[in-house]
Amino acid sequence: MSTLATQPSPAVPVADPTAKISKKILVLGATSGIAEATCRIWAAQGAQLFLIARNPEKLAAVAADLKTRGAAYVGTAVADLDDTDKHAELLANAVNSLTGMDIAYLAYGVLGDQAQAEQDFEQAAQILHSNFVAPVSLLTWLANFCVQRHAGVLAVISSVAGERGRKSNYLYGSSKAGLTAFLAGLRNRVDREGVTVLTIKPGPVATAMTAHMNIKKADVNKVAATIVKAIDAKQDNLYVPAIFQPIMFIIRNIPDRIFKKLNL
Amino acid sequence: MPLTTAEPDALVPATQAAPDPPAGQPQFQSWGRYPRYNAKVIPLNWQGDFPAALAGSHDSALPVGLGRSYGDVCLLKDGTLLQTTGMNRLIDFDPATGILTAESGISLAQILDFAVPRGFFLPVTPGTKYVTLGGAIANDIHGKNHEVAGSFGNHVPCFELVRSDGSRRLCSRTENPDWYAATIGGMGLTGLIPWAQLRLKPIVSRSIDYEGIQFHGIDEFLELKQKYHDVEYTVSWLDCVSTGKNFARGIFMLGEHSKIPGELKPSPEPKLVFPFEAPGFALNRVSVSMFNTVFFHKQGKAHVKAVHDYEPFFYPLDKVLRWNRMYGKNGLVQFQYAIPWEHAKEGTIAILREIAKSGLASFLAVLKAFGDIPSLGLMSFPTPGIMFALDFPIKPITFPLLQRLGDMTMEYGGRLYPAKDAAMTPLQFQTFYPEWQRFARFRDPMLTSSFWERVTDTAGANRSL
Repeated sequence: MSTLATQPSPAVPVADPTAKISKKILVLGATSGIAEATCRIWAAQGAQLFLIARNPEKLAAVAADLKTRGAAYVGTAVADLDDTDKHAELLANAVNSLTGMDIAYLAYGVLGDQAQAEQDFEQAAQILHSNFVAPVSLLTWLANFCVQRHAGVLAVISSVAGERGRKSNYLYGSSKAGLTAFLAGLRNRVDREGVTVLTIKPGPVATAMTAHMNIKKADVNKVAATIVKAIDAKQDNLYVPAIFQPIMFIIRNIPDRIFKKLNL
Repeated sequence: MPLTTAEPDALVPATQAAPDPPAGQPQFQSWGRYPRYNAKVIPLNWQGDFPAALAGSHDSALPVGLGRSYGDVCLLKDGTLLQTTGMNRLIDFDPATGILTAESGISLAQILDFAVPRGFFLPVTPGTKYVTLGGAIANDIHGKNHEVAGSFGNHVPCFELVRSDGSRRLCSRTENPDWYAATIGGMGLTGLIPWAQLRLKPIVSRSIDYEGIQFHGIDEFLELKQKYHDVEYTVSWLDCVSTGKNFARGIFMLGEHSKIPGELKPSPEPKLVFPFEAPGFALNRVSVSMFNTVFFHKQGKAHVKAVHDYEPFFYPLDKVLRWNRMYGKNGLVQFQYAIPWEHAKEGTIAILREIAKSGLASFLAVLKAFGDIPSLGLMSFPTPGIMFALDFPIKPITFPLLQRLGDMTMEYGGRLYPAKDAAMTPLQFQTFYPEWQRFARFRDPMLTSSFWERVTDTAGANRSL
């Protein structure tokens, strides 16, 4: 019986502060499908990673994978990121553990249940809290940290769903619309301080979050590779796959007298 | 090139987005795309997802990977398929021993992407890299190095087995050895393998030192086999259409990992996808006969030497994703036997004559000798002797032919390969695998497959008697 003889040792060594060339990356929501695929690329590059997620078993599995793939350092913390009261302490510990931070990658969010949220405000408020309020709390701390150092990239996963509300997912969409607007304003404030804000707007990506959706989905590894490139290039906005840029241009510009009749 | 150890998949490789099936089509197909059954597909993304994913369900279930088995060993009509491909994390790698520990849904392609740049290679590989680690264990797959390395299970020091009742066992030769033997080659029926260890082998280059030698007839094949018995990789392509002086002509292909250090970069992503379902008449005696003649003479002279990258040597067909569409919408079946040395030659000649007579053209034919290293699985396919594999398009005359060929295999004391099968009768299966009833006691009561239901149907067995 028994035994996970092969589980990683919980005692993770401290990151090497002299390893200058290796990127120091803080990942929030590290067990999400897109975050994990992105981290595998960084791990293969020898990055130093600090991962935050809610489920300890999943977090341990992801951490062991990234360590094995070549990450120079993998630190972890288990936390429910909905709990904004803990954010300051959590982020301070994470950045201390990494001995600095070059990139913060925010992949934390929920899809929610649109049908339920239409009937139950508590549900709706929960979606808005996880996708908008909690990220604002995290980004406020992270942006101020970066502004003091005049450096850093804040890469945040929003969604094409935030471009225009649709009846099939307007609670998710409006939470992401709020996030996108917040990021635009934040970028406008901190760009002159040397801080990059990247708003990532994925279309549907084949991950656990979308497993039940019977629609065309993008390959998560290709999406992740595109995100890594956009971060390296210090881009402001990223539609991924790229085809969503013209698609969303059209969607945004359909007059409401027509749009309101559509089943989207 | 060696085409057939290719295991299959209905889905594109794990690294590719699977296009959604049209409405009303089964979501999960085996590589032969025959038979087709509806089943519910539940992804297992984390080790903790099993048996939790079965909670509240009374349907039977079957763990599946990339669906590269050809027939129904990876299908379960009206049941639940537990797809493991999202469970693809590495757990540990020890460069001193080459032992990789990983979740079972990782594909051999993903293992190669990790291992090759570090100077390691798979200990045994089939003709496609788009199979999962769990699937490779469950079918105890073999490769071109069977004579020197045995089958896949010989390189799996241990794994964990989780049953639908939640019990967990660490399995190795010394710990739970009966469960270890039942699960290697156990067709996914003994439980779920959340993770396994695999002993990789060191390489210094991506290159393979290759030799191709033309031969005519089984005697010449056996002479070459004898002469090159210590070469690591050997396999032969065989012309199954020609009769008369060209009967059983083929190319004996040899390879060894190059000893000269070379750049160990990862493989590029395949870009070609077979774009459409070929019409049923595309493969016929004339087109296959032409292909065979061209292929036989392509190397120009009777004996060539060359240096190839490992990709075209091991995975010539992986370059074209979804090549199974070439067989049209009806799909294909494969016939693959192993006949022990005692009757290997006469059996092979008799079966090849029967195939040539049938006119059921196919150019993906492979002939190989299995070596003496015993497989560790109770239900493993490899057995010392001659192994032969051939694809057939599905036509009305295909199934009567397969029945005859299966019976001939039985007469010559051989066996067929469940991972490639869609046609074995219960009598044939139970003759090929006399341990099947002992194996059945290790089956998880919640797990079964359409293959297992078919070949253990006792009413069916009586009918064929």
